[in-house]
Amino acid sequence: MRIPCPYCGSRDIGEFVYRGDASPVRPAADGAEAAMFAYVYLRDNPMGRHEEHWYHTQGCRNWLVVTRDTLTHEIPSARLAAPLNAGDAV
Amino acid sequence: MTRYSLFSLAAKAVSGHRGWQRAWRDAAPKAAYDVIIIGGGGHGLATAYYLAKVHGITNVALVEKGWIGGGNAGRNTTIIRSNYMLPGNEPFYEWSMKLWEGLEQELNYNAMVSQRGVLNLAHTDAQRDGYARRGNAMRLHGVEAELLDLDAVRRHAPFLNFDNARFPIKAGLLQGRGGTARHDAVNWGYARAASALGVDIIQNCAVTGFLTDAGGAITGVETSRGPIRAGKVGMSVAGHSSQVAAMADLRLPIESHALQAFVSEALKPIIPGVITFGAGHFYISQSDKGGLVFGGDIDGYNSYAQRGNMPTVEDVCEGGMALMPMIGRARLLRSWGGIMDMTMDGSPIIDHAPIPGLYLNAGWCYGGFKATPAAGWCFAHLLATDAPHETATAYRLDRFATGHLIDEKGQGAQPNLH
Amino acid sequence: MSRLASGGLIDRTRRLRFTWDGKALEGYHGDTLASALLANDVRLVARSFKYHRPRGILTAGAEEPNALVTLGSGAHADPNTPATTVPLTDGLVATSQNRWPSLRHDVMAVNQFASPIFVAGFYYKTFMWPKKAWEKLYEPLIRRAAGLGALSGLPDPDSYDREHAFCDLLVIGGGPAGLSAALAAGRAGLRVILADDGLEPGGWLLSCRDTIAGQTASNWARIAVAELGIMANVRVLPHTTIFGIYDGCEYAGVQHLGAGQPEPGQPRQRLWKIIASRALLATGAMERPIIFGGNDRPGVMMASAASSYVNHFAVAPGRRAVVFTATDSGWQTARDLIGAGVEVAAVVDPRGGGVPVDMAGIRRVRGLVRDVRGSAVRGADIATPDGKVERIDCDLVAMSGGWNPAIGLAAHLGQKPVWSEAIQSFLPGALPPGLAAIGAASGQFALGAILAQAHGAAAALAETLGAGGHAGEPSVAEDEACGVAPCWHVAGARTKAFVDFQHDVTDADVALAAREGYVSVEHMKRYTTLGMATDQGRTGQLNGHALLAAATGKTVAEAGTIRARPPAQPVAIGVLAGHHRDEAFRPARLAPSHGWATALGASFTDAGQWKRAQWYAQPHESDWLETVNREVLATRNAVGFCDVSTLGKIDVLGPDAGALLDRLYINTFSTLAVGKARYGVMLREDGMVMDDGTTTRFAEDNFFLTTTTANAARVLQHIDFARSVLWPDLDVQATSTTEHWATFSVAGPQSRALLADLLPEIDLSNAALPYMGARRFRWNGISARIYRLSFSGELAYEISVPADHGPALAQALHEAGATPYGTEALGVMRIEKGHPAGNELNGQTTAADLGFGRMMAKKKDFIGKVMAQRPGLTDPARPALVGLKPVDRAQRIRAGAHLLPVGAKPVAANDQGHVTSACFSPTLGHAIALGLLAHGPSRHGEQVVVHDPVRGADVLAEVCDPVFVDPEGVRLRG
Repeated sequence: MRIPCPYCGSRDIGEFVYRGDASPVRPAADGAEAAMFAYVYLRDNPMGRHEEHWYHTQGCRNWLVVTRDTLTHEIPSARLAAPLNAGDAV
Repeated sequence: MTRYSLFSLAAKAVSGHRGWQRAWRDAAPKAAYDVIIIGGGGHGLATAYYLAKVHGITNVALVEKGWIGGGNAGRNTTIIRSNYMLPGNEPFYEWSMKLWEGLEQELNYNAMVSQRGVLNLAHTDAQRDGYARRGNAMRLHGVEAELLDLDAVRRHAPFLNFDNARFPIKAGLLQGRGGTARHDAVNWGYARAASALGVDIIQNCAVTGFLTDAGGAITGVETSRGPIRAGKVGMSVAGHSSQVAAMADLRLPIESHALQAFVSEALKPIIPGVITFGAGHFYISQSDKGGLVFGGDIDGYNSYAQRGNMPTVEDVCEGGMALMPMIGRARLLRSWGGIMDMTMDGSPIIDHAPIPGLYLNAGWCYGGFKATPAAGWCFAHLLATDAPHETATAYRLDRFATGHLIDEKGQGAQPNLH
Repeated sequence: MSRLASGGLIDRTRRLRFTWDGKALEGYHGDTLASALLANDVRLVARSFKYHRPRGILTAGAEEPNALVTLGSGAHADPNTPATTVPLTDGLVATSQNRWPSLRHDVMAVNQFASPIFVAGFYYKTFMWPKKAWEKLYEPLIRRAAGLGALSGLPDPDSYDREHAFCDLLVIGGGPAGLSAALAAGRAGLRVILADDGLEPGGWLLSCRDTIAGQTASNWARIAVAELGIMANVRVLPHTTIFGIYDGCEYAGVQHLGAGQPEPGQPRQRLWKIIASRALLATGAMERPIIFGGNDRPGVMMASAASSYVNHFAVAPGRRAVVFTATDSGWQTARDLIGAGVEVAAVVDPRGGGVPVDMAGIRRVRGLVRDVRGSAVRGADIATPDGKVERIDCDLVAMSGGWNPAIGLAAHLGQKPVWSEAIQSFLPGALPPGLAAIGAASGQFALGAILAQAHGAAAALAETLGAGGHAGEPSVAEDEACGVAPCWHVAGARTKAFVDFQHDVTDADVALAAREGYVSVEHMKRYTTLGMATDQGRTGQLNGHALLAAATGKTVAEAGTIRARPPAQPVAIGVLAGHHRDEAFRPARLAPSHGWATALGASFTDAGQWKRAQWYAQPHESDWLETVNREVLATRNAVGFCDVSTLGKIDVLGPDAGALLDRLYINTFSTLAVGKARYGVMLREDGMVMDDGTTTRFAEDNFFLTTTTANAARVLQHIDFARSVLWPDLDVQATSTTEHWATFSVAGPQSRALLADLLPEIDLSNAALPYMGARRFRWNGISARIYRLSFSGELAYEISVPADHGPALAQALHEAGATPYGTEALGVMRIEKGHPAGNELNGQTTAADLGFGRMMAKKKDFIGKVMAQRPGLTDPARPALVGLKPVDRAQRIRAGAHLLPVGAKPVAANDQGHVTSACFSPTLGHAIALGLLAHGPSRHGEQVVVHDPVRGADVLAEVCDPVFVDPEGVRLRG
């Protein structure tokens, strides 16, 4: 499987570290116990299209949001989780 | 049901084996049952059997979307062991081991339960002490465990790489009662025994939704072969737990991941029992047929594809060659992938769902096979009595919310690291 | 000898000697082991798996189920090698396997007499009494009988290589389709890789008598390969099997190097991982057997194999043949045999029809071969539609039941094949992305049509991919007849009829499986073991499915197929591991002082990927403990130094660096003064401790963070996640500097004096560099840093210099009189000081468990804060950090022991915790330990039992504060 890293180009998954579903958003801290529980523990775990976090640990060290199909493993797209700062442009 | 024995085999041989009946009835769904089990894997089959056998509940349907034993129950590395460290786990797996030890006589089906030992190798002092902690925990639970020193490891498996290894072997933790069992036979044995007690095993019957009453309680399932009503519905669908739970609008602390496994060509016996590498991802045993059966880490990304990719294939084989360089000339014959229901703490769930009428047996990660008898026993106990079995009290769904986690590896809420 | 006087592609000028079961034989260059054995009239080459029936050579290809041999001996022994795939080399040693005492007289052949009992699944029905006998009696017998060849038990002495490649087009298979496609694509200018699994590219062209463009087929193939060889954009990989297709258009292959044996110093095989934009499946087809009585006897052979032995290898596989065929290609075999001077007694074909004009005089029988006579073939009983049976004497039965396209690869990503009524077999349906099938793999069997189709497919791809060149014209050949009629099974056989040859699965076994309800193809496979042998069902599986379909009233299409999985052909585990074995299994990371420490005689230990000096033994020291005690006491009483460069180091830079660290750590860093360091603890989001370390502020926007050795990569990943996913609005960057700095801890009461001499340019006074202070300075003109940090509890400093200056600094410290100490002494001193390390930071502990509860800031958000409040994490009964010392000071405590109340039964209910770290403290003169104990902090002074049954007897210990030495911290501030 290969991931089209927006910064480095198409690379083997051996260069990346997987984290998981990119859709849960970390809630702001205090008084958010239920929301934090859902963020940390509950997953849709879909069969099909999945937006997920991958870290290009042996490349540019960017965190990516990769769209991948969990049944076919096809990867239609990938983007940087955080846009590059001005002046960091490739 | 014809009892299996050498005598019945010889008697049937006279007539060219024409007299054998189906091992289990090919049942069609009735309108309603006391209990429906979703999923015809080992766990589902064992649950159905123990419901009938232990609790006398025989009006049971087991619905399976394909053929029984076609998921992880028929695609695993067949290891059985009860060498766990944490108190939430150890009694359960030991109960499973005890059930394995009498399984063939219980089911009248030879599942080839073979207790040739499970050896975990340690490569650092800290790892050895970790195994000592685990071995001591096992002893406290009344389970035999032995910490082998280097010489004892050498005697047990002289072919290991002791001389020029990157991570020299220091010690090993041996559970002599661990071993392997023939996975298909386990499934078929439970199916045959359950069917004989009256359980309907319904293959090619996919669940497409749940039936509910006005209050939202679950009262049955919609299937590809029509609706089936039931007082209680238990789901035991491993890697597809999230999919089935979603039909009841339930989200679980589970991700589905692919685990690859591998088998070599048949070779004369050379590997004693099960051996696991402590400095890489590799474990191995040898089947009675002679194939080296081995595996390693999960591929590490969410998947429902029942297959994996080359980095894991190479990682596993590298581990194998690092540990036992004699296997370099053995040929890999077949590889496959199973879909693991990986939980957020690496331990399973046997509990009520937060929806009346629905019961969960899920989250077995890559360890479901060895749990088969006890998972069936404990899930049947829960379904029959609405109370957890004494060996499975820790497997609650709400433990993630309360923080009473069972995290053997200490990896936290990151399923692919367990 | 059965060697033909002329013809074939063997080189009769190069005689090769080899041995078979110790007997010296000869063959020629160009032979396979199988053809050489046949040329020497060796017909019995193996015994089957279960019944130990005599077996010969069935095929001429990699799918061979019968003729498995052990090649070579000792550590080089290669068990289970199909003789059909082995290029003959001079001095080759081949041995038969799975027989005792000899191949001809195999005792285990008595199993045949038990065959009425040994039916499919018999072992599931018996061997259950008495219960204990399974492991003691039955299983050892079964295991000994099972298996085929044997591993030597010795390390594989050969090496393996690994290669990555990228191309526009991968052509899988170098037969007519593959060569035609590669030529077209190569001429058009695509970057092409052609992988062919034969000993020489050409595939079926090397075994047939067709002509292409006026050449013999084999000549055309050799010319085509030569043309491909001179194209700069084409790479031909001979003897290379593509065995798997993986996601992202990745094709895995294994190349066999050297002619059967590796060249000296060269790898034996090479793993190819090819990323191909497009690929063409040109893997051809495999002929399938017919199920009739005795179809496994030596002398029964696939018709195509008979042609191959005659045409390619110039060997007559028999003297008098019966050809049993349901295909037109079987008639070509009859022609080939006749051409080689083999008498064809009859061509038996279930289809009606006449004899082709060029074969006038050959007898055609409309009927079926029902049984073969003889242990090796002596005759065949032919059943005709009128119910009569005729016996024909022969020593060869060449059979052809049809052709199965070799499409296993096409199923590797989960796509299902589809049934074709026209060819009575399965064809690829949907295909993996980028892959298309051509030639026989696509169901096209006529040579002329194959050449044109393959050429067209490649030319079209070249155009799609924008190759500029011209694909040229396809070569022209005639189309031979390639009809087939369904013919799976001959009813009424008097003798055993085999479906899976190697595993001895018969038609009766399939029928029994169906009767007992194992009617899914997967159940039937698993119950009978059909398709589980080394050929993975490539010869017999479809036949078995046809039988099952018939028994269950389904069509073959409805019965379905087994999903083909990688590898498409068996692959040595060694080549999949490549170079990553022995010391090269994983890279070894070496600390900057590694060479210096090695010269000093240090012993090393593994810490993750790092090698760290464990201790520095001196010649007079009798054991490691003596050494470690000396190192500890030298440090505590004078001064020692230790390479701590393996700790992770991360620079965190930017205006919001402090804000980010506040969210990463439970305590606050934004308030840290410049020039000061602070200890910090970080949690995972689930509230458990993730890591700890010190962080130093060198400027308002410049923090320098250290991590534990084990967690360095994980912490960097965590920081990157926090700054780019959680809080991308923060203006902060992070980068690893672990490898940039060599860092030495210099510890002990004399450390200041020693460093004052060594670094006269720095003021080391308490006022100038107080505890937890830090400075940048220059040492010998290079940038350096000094930190007033202490892990040992002594007055101590950490000094960092650029990594390549590490050895010089180590040398300087040593020459100045500091005692080098290793990780063991480091560990002893940290246990004496009660500092948690890896054994305590095990991912299962909270900050409170480790005594850091009060560090958790209340007023700010940080990762893990919310989840750490859950009842399960705040339960006061959780085991928490304590110190332990044996009541009898002479006794030893070991890590991994459990803690029980005094007098309690050793059962799990009384388990109150465990020992995490333990050592002998030379400072105190007795053993000490750290542990996690329920209600621990409130139990100082109590006694507990240290229970360690896997290693020894119980030890009574006293619970105490985890800080054993200098609890007030006077020394480190000194």
